[in-house]
Amino acid sequence: MNSVIGLPVRRNDGAEKVAGQSRYVDDLRMPAMLYGATVRSIVARGRITGIHFDDGIPWDEFTIVKAPDIPGKNCISLILDDQPCLADGFIHHPEEPVLLLAHADRYLVEEARRSVRIDVDPLPTIFNMEDSQARKEIIWGSDNIFKQFVIEKGNIDDIWATADFVIEGEYHTGAQEQLYLEPNGMIAVAAGGNVSVWGSMQCPYYAHNAVKKVMGLNDENVRMIQTVTGGGFGGKEDYPSVIAAHAALLAWKSGKPVKLVYDRAEDMAATPKRHPARIRHRTAVRADGKLLGMEIEFTVDGGAYATLSPVVLSRGAIHATGPYFCPNVRIRSQAVATNTPPYGAFRGFGAPQTLFAVERHMDRIAAKVGLSQAEVRRKNFIRKGQTTATGQEIRDDLDLSGMLDRALAQADYHSKKLRFSSENNRKQLKRGIGISAFFHGAGFTGSGERYLASIAGVEATANGEVRILTSATEIGQGTNTMLTQIAAETLSLSLDHVEIVTPDTAVVPNSGPTVASRTCMVIGRLIERAALDMKEMLQRSGLLASTYTPSEFRSACSAYIHQHGSLRVFVQYESPPDILWNDDTHRGDAYATFAWSVQVAEVSVDTATYEVRVEDFVAVQDIGRVIHPVLAAGQVEGGIAQGIGFALYENVIFKNGRMENCQMSNYIIPTSADVPPIRVFFVENPYAFGPMGAKGVGELPIDGPAPAIVNAIENAVGISLNSIPATPEILMKAIRSSGCLSHP
Amino acid sequence: MPFTPITLKVNGAKYTIETWPMSRLIDVLREELMLTGVKEGCGEGECGACAVLLDGELVNSCLIPVLQADGAQITTIEGLTKNGEGHALQQAVIDNGGTQCGICTPGMLMAALNLVRRNPHPSETDIRNALAGNFCRCTGYQRIIDSVARVCREEKAA
Repeated sequence: MNSVIGLPVRRNDGAEKVAGQSRYVDDLRMPAMLYGATVRSIVARGRITGIHFDDGIPWDEFTIVKAPDIPGKNCISLILDDQPCLADGFIHHPEEPVLLLAHADRYLVEEARRSVRIDVDPLPTIFNMEDSQARKEIIWGSDNIFKQFVIEKGNIDDIWATADFVIEGEYHTGAQEQLYLEPNGMIAVAAGGNVSVWGSMQCPYYAHNAVKKVMGLNDENVRMIQTVTGGGFGGKEDYPSVIAAHAALLAWKSGKPVKLVYDRAEDMAATPKRHPARIRHRTAVRADGKLLGMEIEFTVDGGAYATLSPVVLSRGAIHATGPYFCPNVRIRSQAVATNTPPYGAFRGFGAPQTLFAVERHMDRIAAKVGLSQAEVRRKNFIRKGQTTATGQEIRDDLDLSGMLDRALAQADYHSKKLRFSSENNRKQLKRGIGISAFFHGAGFTGSGERYLASIAGVEATANGEVRILTSATEIGQGTNTMLTQIAAETLSLSLDHVEIVTPDTAVVPNSGPTVASRTCMVIGRLIERAALDMKEMLQRSGLLASTYTPSEFRSACSAYIHQHGSLRVFVQYESPPDILWNDDTHRGDAYATFAWSVQVAEVSVDTATYEVRVEDFVAVQDIGRVIHPVLAAGQVEGGIAQGIGFALYENVIFKNGRMENCQMSNYIIPTSADVPPIRVFFVENPYAFGPMGAKGVGELPIDGPAPAIVNAIENAVGISLNSIPATPEILMKAIRSSGCLSHP
Repeated sequence: MPFTPITLKVNGAKYTIETWPMSRLIDVLREELMLTGVKEGCGEGECGACAVLLDGELVNSCLIPVLQADGAQITTIEGLTKNGEGHALQQAVIDNGGTQCGICTPGMLMAALNLVRRNPHPSETDIRNALAGNFCRCTGYQRIIDSVARVCREEKAA
């Protein structure tokens, strides 16, 4: 058998997708199916005093679910269990679900949704981090704080006196909508004490757990089945649990299948986004540019309920120093409550925020110290054997300096920089070029993977077909193809002998959620181990020689199944050796390993329209062994396009806690006319504990574009922007107030 | 408003349906004719996921009242497969990694088809502009653009 690893094999869902034959949740219907709708609060905070049903709607034909109808616990179970499934008496944010409706006529159900009025006695609100931290009103717990912690390394307090430079900066990043092209949706069926829910999701077992608790059912009475999922990017990590629970309640109360699919406006207004963040840096630097101490304060706006904020905070804080070695570090972090819909997971999970700050700050340090942007980074890059802010020793081979050189060469950085500085004066369209260097931890933070203790497996049929059993979900990133490659390679079979079983909690084990750049490294490794175990079982039982043909494998499977009834292997996560983490002190090995990257962005800034265009983009990354070069590059390119949106266009506008621009026509994402050619280069340092040497790739690429682009804008027009998105309006204000740029 | 008989010729087959004349074409295609390859991404003509060809013109079917399509010839993504054979654009998109989650893919392919029929030798800028009405959140577009360029280069576009 020729190896299938590292080859651009055909993705196994491609043919159906290009033919329009893949069935997403909204493409499915069931007999006698009702359509559901969610009645939400329009106010941000208050006490519910009454619910009115306007005349003109045949309310007796409707299934109506209110909080007191919930048979189990009224909460969406995740980390702190503070988010109700339906508001009961109190409202904590706009768009909070209060009431559920279902009817066979999907048009009538929409009319009915608009005919329910919720009376609310308003209470004082908090809409920003500053007011929340100042405790102008206590809106959550006793202090508005979901989580706070400090990461300490060395002795930061003694370093300031010895520093040649102390450089400060404050940076802000905005909310960002995932904008997966398929809106959220679920179809639920409840019968005979069992609930089954089909839908678009990243994490079937999260939803399984949430539905089980809301419905007051046991594990075996709830079934979650993933339908073909049109993108997630983190946006379908936690919120599908809410929709699944709502659909289940309506199906249970009506006794009929219920489809609950959001339209775009509801999806954008009501579901989680990237956390807005504020990051403050104070850095002690030696005359030669060496970092001596970094004091960082990282605050995120979590919205009205904790949901995933504690872990977003943790990942963001751990990445806050960037890929640099610094002997003395203090990172204070805090996730605070506001009366906006809860923020949640979005690709990068806190790291794009803190990496934007540190990578802008490195340019500020370069200017202050008198080094080039490239050299100040090179001087401080972390190396093998050195430790991160949490004290984690870098054990794998790593050459950030070499990656920087490669990125600069590919971007023709030095000669372009010279050319731009000589040409820009005379031109209305000014060009600039910027760098970012960054890293991203693969897998859950800290002890997370140990707690998850994921399980995945493989089984064989009597005719030698191998089936992969995992709750890891294909959401577009190519998981199914990648896992098929790993199983086929391990078993020396061709790809068409391996298939993936659709994630269905009645059939597949709990492999944890499809998040955190963990699927390839963690689940891929489980599949590799399970396949290896299967091969060894057949060999130990004397049915299979050490080398074999597919037909010998088939005979061995057939014989084994004849003797034992089935051939199925499950394996559970085992931590790589010497990985230690202390949850209380935030010290130790925060991640099993990191992926690394250097990006270079070239921009043009039109000084008449203040429009910024990204003209060229180079990305060099070390993600360990590349299992599938086209899928991996696709992850990088897609992540960069989203990062361009984060940097320049994507501006969530809130009014009294509600998203005002919850449409694709006024929330702007990059189109094919906005994204430059993206040039992707891999460095492959195999990771000993990943499948075939692979690490994670999904999140890494979105960490770098925002700082690289804003650094390039500064290079082009000499304006230092410290908050994103850098829309033309913001740029205009900054340029005009600086007075440093005259129009040609 | 009373239901009206509407005649549509979709992917070569003729259908007469009784429907509210202001029904959106996307709903008729998806709900009545079960052509669920037509996707709804935004419902306001911005994302292009519901794109179809209406008498040879590329339109967003979420913006078309079905009355306006009465008597028209409509091609959806399902119409690109003929006798089990897909269009060269479809194959190129698979081979080049131009589809990830797949939700934008049908509309994107209709926009690409519309381009190559009008301009068999487009520049990269032509392709970028022709696809700019179709959002993709997964790929960063390059592999879709490369797919169209490859098909045109190999002159398989017809």
